[in-house]
Amino acid sequence: MRTLILLALLLLALASLLTSLASGSVSVSWQELQSVLSGEGSELARQVILELRWPRAVAAFTTGALLSVAGTLMQVLVRNPLADPYVLGISGGAATGALLALLLGLGSLGLHSAAFCGALFSMLLVFSLSHGSGNWTTSRLLLTGVVIASGWGAVIGFLLALGPEQGLRGMLFWLMGDLSYASFPAFGLLVLATGLLLAIAFGRSLNVLTQGEQAASALGVSVTALHRGIYVLASLLAATAVTLAGSIGFVGLIVPHMLRLAGVRDHRLLLPAAALLGGSLLVSADTLARTLLAPHQLPVGVLTALVGVPLFLALLHHSHNVLGEAR
Amino acid sequence: MHLLETGKLCVTIGNTRVCDALDVSIDAGDRWCILGRNGTGKTTLLHTLAGLRSALSGAITLQGQSLQQLPRKSIARRIGLLFQDHNDAFPASVMETVLSGRHPWMGPLQWEGEQDFAIAQAALRAVELDGMEQRIVTTLSGGERRRLGIACLLTQNPQLQLLDEPTNHLDLHHQISMLELLQRQTQRDNKALVFVMHDINLATRYCNRFLLLFGDGETAQGAASEVLTHTHLERLYRHPLQAVQGPQGTLWLPR
Repeated sequence: MRTLILLALLLLALASLLTSLASGSVSVSWQELQSVLSGEGSELARQVILELRWPRAVAAFTTGALLSVAGTLMQVLVRNPLADPYVLGISGGAATGALLALLLGLGSLGLHSAAFCGALFSMLLVFSLSHGSGNWTTSRLLLTGVVIASGWGAVIGFLLALGPEQGLRGMLFWLMGDLSYASFPAFGLLVLATGLLLAIAFGRSLNVLTQGEQAASALGVSVTALHRGIYVLASLLAATAVTLAGSIGFVGLIVPHMLRLAGVRDHRLLLPAAALLGGSLLVSADTLARTLLAPHQLPVGVLTALVGVPLFLALLHHSHNVLGEAR
Repeated sequence: MHLLETGKLCVTIGNTRVCDALDVSIDAGDRWCILGRNGTGKTTLLHTLAGLRSALSGAITLQGQSLQQLPRKSIARRIGLLFQDHNDAFPASVMETVLSGRHPWMGPLQWEGEQDFAIAQAALRAVELDGMEQRIVTTLSGGERRRLGIACLLTQNPQLQLLDEPTNHLDLHHQISMLELLQRQTQRDNKALVFVMHDINLATRYCNRFLLLFGDGETAQGAASEVLTHTHLERLYRHPLQAVQGPQGTLWLPR
């Protein structure tokens, strides 16, 4: 059963990646794609596929996977199924950093570092503020995160109002999540692999933690240490994702739910499954974003939200179990 | 060496003094009942004994070792706690929930094996929940969820079992069958039990030691014949009581 689910998701991931490589303004047939992947094919096809579409598809996959794993972890951390990877103000901090970099006219490296630093700053800010009087509860953490996130919202509005007319479009694209400038995400893949393995290693403790902090503690989980570990790990994963592609919504929120509804509840399986499903979803969304209204490119965040909102509402409507409600 | 021992334990919660300088020792074979009005800190004391919160002062030792110094996992192998309420934020199946009792006994990267499933299955059978393995816990009735909590405690299999109002939500049949199951298992495996209960008559039927929390820091402890007196109980509940001789001993009825 376990291997079957993972195998199916692996196939889905492959299919989404191949479709992404084959579709776009320069249409590539399956035969051509096959020959390019085996090291042959025309110069144009090679260039389009290997230098443009492949890095972007991998970036989309990595971002989706990072967001889904981070979302799964955040939901366990705050024991709230409505939490998403940005619940602790990560995206707001990253966006502020990125907008500042855009305002100052920094290059892409500067932009990425500024976004990453902004995300980490927000994480530390929320952590220290919710930790202040020594009593670290997840509800205080959640509230602090929500308040800090709306604080970032105000800062972002301020920066947008200050920003020059011609830069506004780039800023808005970044805020909504955009993969058009993505390069091959070697760092992102490394963070994803390390984070995922680490999280899976603590999977059984995460399962126990869903029963509540005190219950987990009584069952031998060192809850405080585990909480801090999840907090740092999920924040790093989310920060890396935001740095890669801006704030893409809904993927990190709905992917864990879709899997839980399908009966995948054990975190040792849920986490890798979330990575595969989240990656596939974002690759597909990005393929649609750049082909739907070609030659116009839509920000992929708009598409994930457009697809995500009705999907999530449908999930809520059809299931009583998604929120753990009593019957 | 006692299984669990407190020395001059002071526990407070808010403005309530739960106990002042409490010395109590729990040994294998003991079946304790903690009695007291609402809000006198019975649950707080139980959580303190399980090491889930720290006391104001005093010491708690588990088989000669200071409870504070022990890692959580080592405590969880010896002390188990049935909480007053269950808090399920995410859907989980009955089998997944009962298997969580094996957590303290497994290595960090270990998966549940056949033996773990067998232990979990036996626990479900003992609480009459066999056949419900795949049910989602949030769809269980209150009494079924309660029995699942007891099954989880049986799977954890600690020497000292602390149960906060174990008969909550249970019907008459299951109140008796669960308490008898716990009593039987305690005698067979030389374990110890601590109940928090409000039903004095069920308590006298299944417990051999009593700890009374009067709500002002004062406590009384001992066997039923020593501490369950008119004076004590009327002070404890601030309600007049009447002792009636029943077929199995004294019954306490509220006037």
